[in-house]
Amino acid sequence: MIVDQISVFIENRPGTLAEATAILGDAGIDMRALSIADTSDFGVLRVIVNDPKRALELLKKAGFVVSITPVLAVSLADTPGSLAKLLRILSDGSVSVEYAYAFITRKEGNAYVILRVENNDLAHDILAKEGINILLDGSIFGE
Amino acid sequence: MSYYQQEMECAPCDKMKELKTERLVRTVKHVYENVPYYRKLMDDHGVRPGDIKSLDDLSKLPFLTKDDLRDAYPYGLLAVPLTDAVRIQSTSGTTGKRVVAFYTQADIDLWDECCARAIVAAGGGKDDVVHVSYGYGLFTGGPGLNGGSHKVGSLTLPMSSGNTERQIQFMTDLGSTILCCTPSYASYLAETIIKQGDRDKIKLKAGIFGAEAWSEEMRRDLEKNLGIKAYDIYGLTEITGPGVSFECSEQTGMHVNEDHFIPEIIDPVTGETLPEGSKGELVFTCISKTAFPLIRYRTRDICVLSRKQCSCGRTLIKMSRLMGRTDDMLIIRGVNVFPSQIETVILKCGLTPNYQIIVDRVNHTDTLEVRVEMTSEMFSDAIKNIAYRENELVSAMKDMLGISPKVKLVAPQSITRSEGKAVRVIDNRKI
Repeated sequence: MIVDQISVFIENRPGTLAEATAILGDAGIDMRALSIADTSDFGVLRVIVNDPKRALELLKKAGFVVSITPVLAVSLADTPGSLAKLLRILSDGSVSVEYAYAFITRKEGNAYVILRVENNDLAHDILAKEGINILLDGSIFGE
Repeated sequence: MSYYQQEMECAPCDKMKELKTERLVRTVKHVYENVPYYRKLMDDHGVRPGDIKSLDDLSKLPFLTKDDLRDAYPYGLLAVPLTDAVRIQSTSGTTGKRVVAFYTQADIDLWDECCARAIVAAGGGKDDVVHVSYGYGLFTGGPGLNGGSHKVGSLTLPMSSGNTERQIQFMTDLGSTILCCTPSYASYLAETIIKQGDRDKIKLKAGIFGAEAWSEEMRRDLEKNLGIKAYDIYGLTEITGPGVSFECSEQTGMHVNEDHFIPEIIDPVTGETLPEGSKGELVFTCISKTAFPLIRYRTRDICVLSRKQCSCGRTLIKMSRLMGRTDDMLIIRGVNVFPSQIETVILKCGLTPNYQIIVDRVNHTDTLEVRVEMTSEMFSDAIKNIAYRENELVSAMKDMLGISPKVKLVAPQSITRSEGKAVRVIDNRKI
């Protein structure tokens, strides 16, 4: 499944990350996955939320530079070697991964991986063909 | 006490006045007859060469500014046939358009002599090894001191800037005795020499440091760390390059080579000539060069002139350390930087004109940081895309300025917007 990831520019200044996450929290927006990429002078906050459109709007209104990026959400068995297997399939299909972050879920025995690849559709097809469980709509939020 | 050209450096006041008058009259006539740009400027100002009979008449002449130099680029102020010119030097201009200066062989010779005076005043002679770490090329620093060292007959090491390891190796292997570079580079060299444990291997006795402002504290540091006596030198490409003025053993200001360059201090607002001892804008008139003799050129540098007797025996008028600028030009690592140049690059790269320039001095080296607000257009979820744009911006600035800034991306609206003039530059250097 392709989900909308919210990406936020975080200036390297104390309190910026707290401010961004507070905006989401105060609005009752649920974060399911989060990753922060950082350089020496700025960071990029990447989150998967239950209401990306609203999150985008609220963060923009607060003056943040925000973008929405479609990323792949994949469900994996929470067992050793399953991520390696997934990445091998993608690399065999010549799909390069820009970045990825993983998290385990409330559903026992399951892990999710968020993948940012160049071509979502291609990656999606390759994974589907190999029987990898691409998340069904909404299931990332336990709906 | 040793001089390179004692008859000029220690000339009696009346003799110098007579020489200056004669040269001024001749130069004004020369430019009026050979440069249409000057003729128009003087005609518009209602002054003819015949009106200039004494040094007091200097104030009747119109000023020249950097804008004139840009308007006349490249040949508009050239006062001799191109066949007589043998050299071009250049300085960066505000809009990326450079300012070029021309020299005849005689102009080069007198420039070299000015630098030779500086080297001798710093204790240099035939037995010395003059280590020139100013940049060579269009920048006047390297060529000027190089020529001066040749005139003195010292052994000249044309090191140019950069490659610190090689600099120190030559310095120790060949026994450099006089170091010529920017004070910030001298500090960096000193630090590296000490760190490498080479302090006992160097034979430096003097340093001639210029092209950027420095403080007495920095002088003391350099003198202590390198075991030298540190001398200031001043100049600008438009007038000739380094050696327009130079410091002597008294170290209380720089003697202006006034047999070639007449200095004046003016009120930068009214343009009125101010009496000796007043603080104001420094203006130069070239009276012995022929290819590019600028008349009443406004340097935008602020300082004080003094005729107080000097213990070194030179009678040449002295100018104080620079006390600031009348425009927004910054001198960073010896390079002239205008905020407008940075703005041009930022806009060309598609960013917002909300930026801030932070200048500081860390370990005696100038640092330039440009803070730019992130835009949705530049932003990406992938760091490498942002880094790509950031590097693009850094290299475009390096191309424009000649020095590499650090770019810091900040949140939108985080740079203070002021009601009136924006605070574009924060200069934290304590000079």
